[in-house]
Amino acid sequence: MEPVLFVIFGAISVGGAIMVVTRRHPMASALYLILTLFAVAALFALRQAHFLAAIQVIVYAGAVVVLFIFVIMLINVPESRLPVERLTGMRFLGVTVAGLLILESALVARRFGMAGTPATDAGSVRAVGTALFTDYLLAFEVTSVLLLAAVIGAIAMAKKKI
Amino acid sequence: MMEPSAYLLLSGILFGIGVAGVVARKNVLIILMSVEIMMNAVNVAFIAVGSYLGDVTGSVFAFMVMTVAAAEAAVGLAILIAIYRLKETVDITELSILKW
Repeated sequence: MEPVLFVIFGAISVGGAIMVVTRRHPMASALYLILTLFAVAALFALRQAHFLAAIQVIVYAGAVVVLFIFVIMLINVPESRLPVERLTGMRFLGVTVAGLLILESALVARRFGMAGTPATDAGSVRAVGTALFTDYLLAFEVTSVLLLAAVIGAIAMAKKKI
Repeated sequence: MMEPSAYLLLSGILFGIGVAGVVARKNVLIILMSVEIMMNAVNVAFIAVGSYLGDVTGSVFAFMVMTVAAAEAAVGLAILIAIYRLKETVDITELSILKW
């Protein structure tokens, strides 16, 4: 069952990602980004990482993409003022290098010799919660400082006058 | 039973697509979304290897990556709004005020 679901959701995530980088209007990209993020959340659930799958849907699809859509609607760039994407030599080179990166990662992944084992419950809410509040307590608390800094930075940046 | 290399391959493909979006697009919003795709690709690798090793550290690291991604999106979009107010454009080639 897992290979079938992996192929389905993997194909959806890759297709959605390609659509994100090729659409002309950012709003279409944002909607395809939601598709990709949901497919990746399904892959997390497939590996029994239920906590991360839930967080992926809540934080990414529920907060980050909504923030993106909010900003797209807020600045509301008219269709005629969207940047014109022309195929230049440098950009063609850049995409070729990205393709080579994919090839390289495929070669590295093939050499990753590890037998397939059934997913353990290492990603369950109980296991992750216990690890976050015991072994990684300091990192978890520092995370809140990071988010506070991001909130203050975002307000200071976007505000006209403080 | 899936081989872990399949997940690593998918992670590499998603990361490569994100890199292609960052280097090839001019729209700042789409570049920020491509960065999000790259962070998600890293999370796929973390979760896959963590789950195959039966270790919770993969999930914890993916959680940290998600936090950084959310903070990055908030600050990046705030910078974008400030720049748009100043220059009225989302074209990255026109945003060269820091360039000498």
